[in-house]
Amino acid sequence: MAVLKNPQILFANDLRDGEVLFLGADGWTRDHRAAVVARDSAAAAALEARGKAEVATNRVVDVYLADVAVDADGAPEPLHYREKMRIKGPSVRPDLGKQSGTERAGDAA
Amino acid sequence: MTAHDPLQAARPNTPATTYLYDNYDTAFVRERVAEFREQVRRRLAGASTEDEFRPFRLMNGLYLQLHAYMLRVAIPYGTLTARQMRRLADIADKWDNGYGHFTTRQNLQYNWPKLVDVPDILEALADVEMHAIQTSGNCIRNVTADHFAGVAADEYEDPRPTAEFLRQWSSLHPEFSFLPRKFKIAVSGAADDRAAIKVHDIGLRVIAGENGEAGYEVIVGGGLGRSPFVGKLVREFLPREDLLAYLEAILRVYNRYGRRDNKYKARIKILVHETGLDQIRAEIESEFASMDRAPFAHDDSEFARIASYFAPPPYEALPARSSRLEAAKKENPAFAFFEEVNVSPHKIDGYAIVTVSLKPIGGIPGDATSEQMRVLAEASEKFGFGELRVSHEQNIILPHVKKDDLFALWRMLDAAGLATANAGLLTDIISCPGLDYCALATARSIPIAQAIARRFKDPERQRLIGKLGIKISGCINACGHHHVGAIGILGLEKKGQESYQITLGGDPTLSASIGELVGPGVTADQVPDVIEHIVDFYLSERLAGESFIDTWRRLGHARFKDAVRREGEDGADI
Repeated sequence: MAVLKNPQILFANDLRDGEVLFLGADGWTRDHRAAVVARDSAAAAALEARGKAEVATNRVVDVYLADVAVDADGAPEPLHYREKMRIKGPSVRPDLGKQSGTERAGDAA
Repeated sequence: MTAHDPLQAARPNTPATTYLYDNYDTAFVRERVAEFREQVRRRLAGASTEDEFRPFRLMNGLYLQLHAYMLRVAIPYGTLTARQMRRLADIADKWDNGYGHFTTRQNLQYNWPKLVDVPDILEALADVEMHAIQTSGNCIRNVTADHFAGVAADEYEDPRPTAEFLRQWSSLHPEFSFLPRKFKIAVSGAADDRAAIKVHDIGLRVIAGENGEAGYEVIVGGGLGRSPFVGKLVREFLPREDLLAYLEAILRVYNRYGRRDNKYKARIKILVHETGLDQIRAEIESEFASMDRAPFAHDDSEFARIASYFAPPPYEALPARSSRLEAAKKENPAFAFFEEVNVSPHKIDGYAIVTVSLKPIGGIPGDATSEQMRVLAEASEKFGFGELRVSHEQNIILPHVKKDDLFALWRMLDAAGLATANAGLLTDIISCPGLDYCALATARSIPIAQAIARRFKDPERQRLIGKLGIKISGCINACGHHHVGAIGILGLEKKGQESYQITLGGDPTLSASIGELVGPGVTADQVPDVIEHIVDFYLSERLAGESFIDTWRRLGHARFKDAVRREGEDGADI
């Protein structure tokens, strides 16, 4: 199995409310730091397959893998500025989105 | 023939300045809401897939963006009543995050609706005769118009009856619901073009014929996006009675020959460009001559029915000059500056048109909080017959304000953070949402607008510079109209970083031109410096009374490019 140039995590949107979700060990999570990190192509393919299966069951939409770096604590941080934006919210409205600290109601998993 | 009931043409206690639904319109919109409610129910129950559902949600204005869904609400020809504005505020509070974003197509976008709530939102919109139909998808979109319609001193005819006429013709038009690509129509009826008609798929200008009868100048194939074009004149004068048939002919030619193999080449502007104006005109005229025109025969009584909704409000007979206004200006310099910049001439003596800027220094262009929306609604009721407009420049217009009331209005706006005196000036920047919200964007645009506004915040400096349009897009789709900005800014990705290209010389008016690129991209931090250098060069070179675009056209690309290059030597990476 090929080692990825960069580790990856799986992004998606919640079908019901559109919120950005990440695939974690126990299902979907609203916190990217809890996402499962794929370090090789087989793990990435498995993540993607799980995500697509969840699309088929109408739980999430718009599933895709994105490159991350893993920090000293083992938490993934996106490399591209687009995904850096998605894990926070609008840079011009720090009071909105995930960065605001006001999680939407409901269990992501 | 019409399905509308002329007996419902008037109702008590409602503003007489905009179109009102009758039972036919009401049933039409309610049926659509019920239909979408069922589509959402089926989607959430797993009875339809996302691929099946996406076209339905898009046809009802619902997108999936970077952080959440986004709902785009149609504001036909940019006209709103106070009641509608209040409802938009209520929806923002109940189902969104307490604000809305007014767009360059005179629409309003909510950035945080939940799919499960959207049917209820649409129901709430239907209560006030609004909807989100055809604000997305490959169909004829919301018809836009001059935001000074009906009140501009330079107007020949109010374009809104024509726009409403076209809205009814184009809503769920069975032949044009699956066009090769989206299709945008703008209408103007004045000497000056404030609706950017030359950069729309079809631009219409109401003009007088040889005998004074109303007709249209018809422009086809304009557009922005990744391949910008100025529209071409296909008919110098189209009699009103031929309007629907002729537009039907244009759309049929586009529907037949427009490319469907490549979405980036599917707009009518590409068809016009690749086919050539003469050939396209011949195709349109041939279709027009051979088609069965009976279904599109002009119905004067129906046009008159629609036009009756846009009758002038009951103006008072007032002197042209207001001594109360003059006294207030003398006593309050900030108000005097607002009056100088944000107030435009009205066709009726004693009245004025007020532009309420949604571009506070450091703010988000086009955003209004629900509280601000309510203040605007109240202001329109108190000072302007309960009517408001949305401009494609992302501002709100109060079209009928007595000059005697301007100072009181200004105080009300000022208390709500709505009295920024910059309409048409450098800090009145058009900006798309960019990568702060939009899934298509390649770079942020709002922070660029904020940084430029802060750099040029000094009102005296803005006054010295004069009218100057800066327009910013966060990707090549050009929702921020950067191609027609005197200074245009386009955000792109370059080597994994946000990068900004600068174009100069764009013009959205009847003398339309597409801006020209003046150098390689710069970083976000460098943009204000580059803009400042361009502006300083303009100020040093302009002749008395010369606008930026005139100086650009006189001096040419090379001189401005040299100025930008000199900035590069000072440190900018361009």
